[in-house]
Amino acid sequence: MTSVSATLPVGPHSLAAPATPKRVCATTGLGVCLDAQRFIKLHAVVGVVFLLLGGIAALLLALTRWQTVHLLPADWFYRVLTFHGINMLIFWILFFEVAILYFACTTPLNARLFSRKVAWVGFALMGVGAVMVDWVILAGKADVMMTSYLPLLAHPAFYLGIILVAVGTLVGVFNFFATLYVAKRDRAYEGSMPIVTFGALAAAIIAVVTLLHGAIVMIPTFAYSMGWIGQPDPIWYRIIWWGLGHQSQQVNVCAMVAVWYLLSHVIVGARPVNEAVCRTAFALYILFINIASAHHLLVDPAVGSAWKIWNTSYAMYLAVLASMVHGFTVPAGVEIAMREKGYTRGLFGWVVALPWRNPALSGTVLSVIIFGFLGGITGVTLGTQQINIIAHNTLRIPGHFHVTVVGGTTLAFMALAYYVIPLFFQRDFIWRGLARLQPWLFGLGIVMLSFGMSFAGSMGVSRRSWDIDAQGVYGSAAHLWLGVLGLGGVLAFVGLLAFVLLCVGTLLFGEKNHGRPMADWGTPPALAGAQAGSLADNHSATKGTIVLTLVFLACFAVYYFANWKALADVWPVR
Amino acid sequence: MSLRPLTSPWFHAPAGHEKLWLGVAILWCFVMSLMMPYWHFRGKQNSSGEAYAVMPADFLARTEKFVEANRVGTFKNPTPNAFAAELPLVEPPAGGDAYLVGRMWQWYPALRLRQGETYRIHLSALDLQHGFSLQPLNMNFQAVPGYDHVLTLTPTSKGEFTIVCNEFCGIGHHAMTGKIFVE
Ligand SMILES: [Cu+2]
Repeated sequence: MTSVSATLPVGPHSLAAPATPKRVCATTGLGVCLDAQRFIKLHAVVGVVFLLLGGIAALLLALTRWQTVHLLPADWFYRVLTFHGINMLIFWILFFEVAILYFACTTPLNARLFSRKVAWVGFALMGVGAVMVDWVILAGKADVMMTSYLPLLAHPAFYLGIILVAVGTLVGVFNFFATLYVAKRDRAYEGSMPIVTFGALAAAIIAVVTLLHGAIVMIPTFAYSMGWIGQPDPIWYRIIWWGLGHQSQQVNVCAMVAVWYLLSHVIVGARPVNEAVCRTAFALYILFINIASAHHLLVDPAVGSAWKIWNTSYAMYLAVLASMVHGFTVPAGVEIAMREKGYTRGLFGWVVALPWRNPALSGTVLSVIIFGFLGGITGVTLGTQQINIIAHNTLRIPGHFHVTVVGGTTLAFMALAYYVIPLFFQRDFIWRGLARLQPWLFGLGIVMLSFGMSFAGSMGVSRRSWDIDAQGVYGSAAHLWLGVLGLGGVLAFVGLLAFVLLCVGTLLFGEKNHGRPMADWGTPPALAGAQAGSLADNHSATKGTIVLTLVFLACFAVYYFANWKALADVWPVR
Repeated sequence: MSLRPLTSPWFHAPAGHEKLWLGVAILWCFVMSLMMPYWHFRGKQNSSGEAYAVMPADFLARTEKFVEANRVGTFKNPTPNAFAAELPLVEPPAGGDAYLVGRMWQWYPALRLRQGETYRIHLSALDLQHGFSLQPLNMNFQAVPGYDHVLTLTPTSKGEFTIVCNEFCGIGHHAMTGKIFVE
């Protein structure tokens, strides 16, 4: 292979081609495509703007559901809730993910971005759509929540804006695929693409399926809101909408896992224990997550038990298996890397020796733990056909997805920013002490928020409800947990604000690091006598990780069966 | 290398700890997969999704007929509630059909059931989607306009139960409550 590529000239889309606008990163030695860099910066910055907007909304909501404070009036609560969901779950994450896609198809492959024009078109469509949606919501013409279930109807501009964002994202994803194609064609790299790019590819494939569902459901709804066609069936809408709604979260999971692999490699030099297993796990997401969106319809009329059980059993658990695989291979890679560096004491000596003062590390570790232990366990349990009876539309649902999307994905993306900003904007972080604290503040806040929601929800408190006193059924315990939710929300907001201030402050005032390595956040040094690669063939070197994952499984089983017990205590129903 | 392309033949079968974890994880997924069909045959709480297409106006007409035929009194809400200050109290025949309508922002009518009897509760919405959430039991089902959602329900505990709406349905959503009494 090597001899063949040495004799053939590389094509124009390889970074190695002459006159390609590029620079070499002083820290990593990797080639950076300047076109891609511009769009990575652009999408990341706009993403963070939407994160801040959604975060301000989150604070207002937390302070309203905290019954003692009860800040917003009812109409503004529902308006801000719609605004929060859409800005966080769609705009912040989609913009940041396009940035990740542009990174993953260029730098690791030594390739040039396929097209600047296509990237501009995608960015413009997404930007216009997002501004449109936010405008309509704040103008009070789309108090319809994130799900906008028919026949609840918003202003047509709301649906049109979402369609524009979806099309814009599709254009960005197309640019990603095209770059992968021309990079291969022009022999920018040899062999198989690295795991980070592979994970991004899985995310992009799921994104296409997701966005097609979005088109199928949003275009008729837009036409209906314009009065051109009759009302689409509400159950049809729910089924197709969740093809969009749930899978978009699986795009996040893929992107998040790719970031886990990337950061664990950058920080401690971890590599996947077994590439074949990791890649198969990504493929399982692509193949099976589609049908698992059925778990949002488990107590709906008109979809029968057989359909519900089938779609939430074989398919969903194969996707769950994928997460359980990554949950092993990521820490296992870290453990092996640490042991090879000489940190071999006991089961967990390698954990103690991790560079805990590195915010990218603490952010990644917290992301893995919060996503796996809290998000994964609750999600799979809530998605069980019958157990859903005691959880559907209660606060347990947001209690679950705040630990997956926020404690998992958002925290992983924040961790990534601690390397992205120095590497792509070439500035060193200001206020490094605050940065070290930030992932902990945010993580702790989100965990408290989620506990508050989950326990209040198991006492029957509804999600998306402005007030629980009007119903006269919730006691002091429910109020207490809503207080925990409120405090956690405030704490998480402080963590989010710290993140935004750090990023913006660094972009404006950070010291330029052109031409020299970025200031190091902390990387564990190899001890004397350590030998890189010495454990490559030792399949029992991950003692600590296997213990941790077995503890995880025990927690999972206890929580799962406790929920069956709780279900058995309610009235029989068919 | 997470960041560099792979050149060597990178496929190898899982071994050691990784193989152990894969095995255990697959086994656990099987257990979870089998729990749902198991509960379907042996458990008592299953959402079968039984439903029939119905026009909202027809559903309301059937509900009114049901109220007229089975009314046993009036429920006067002791707590101030603008949307459910007074509801007809209706007792369906044991083993028979009962109708329950969700609309902005009220569950109509109030029901009186007998402990240990089984009822077919027809649940639907007239305007928007609503969420049927029975408290403090915490049983939750979706009410969708155009669909007659049949819940075959057996109350096994006595007392006063409140139906809370847990699907957003406009500004009065949080105040949308109804009542089921079990004697
Ligand atoms: Cu309602």
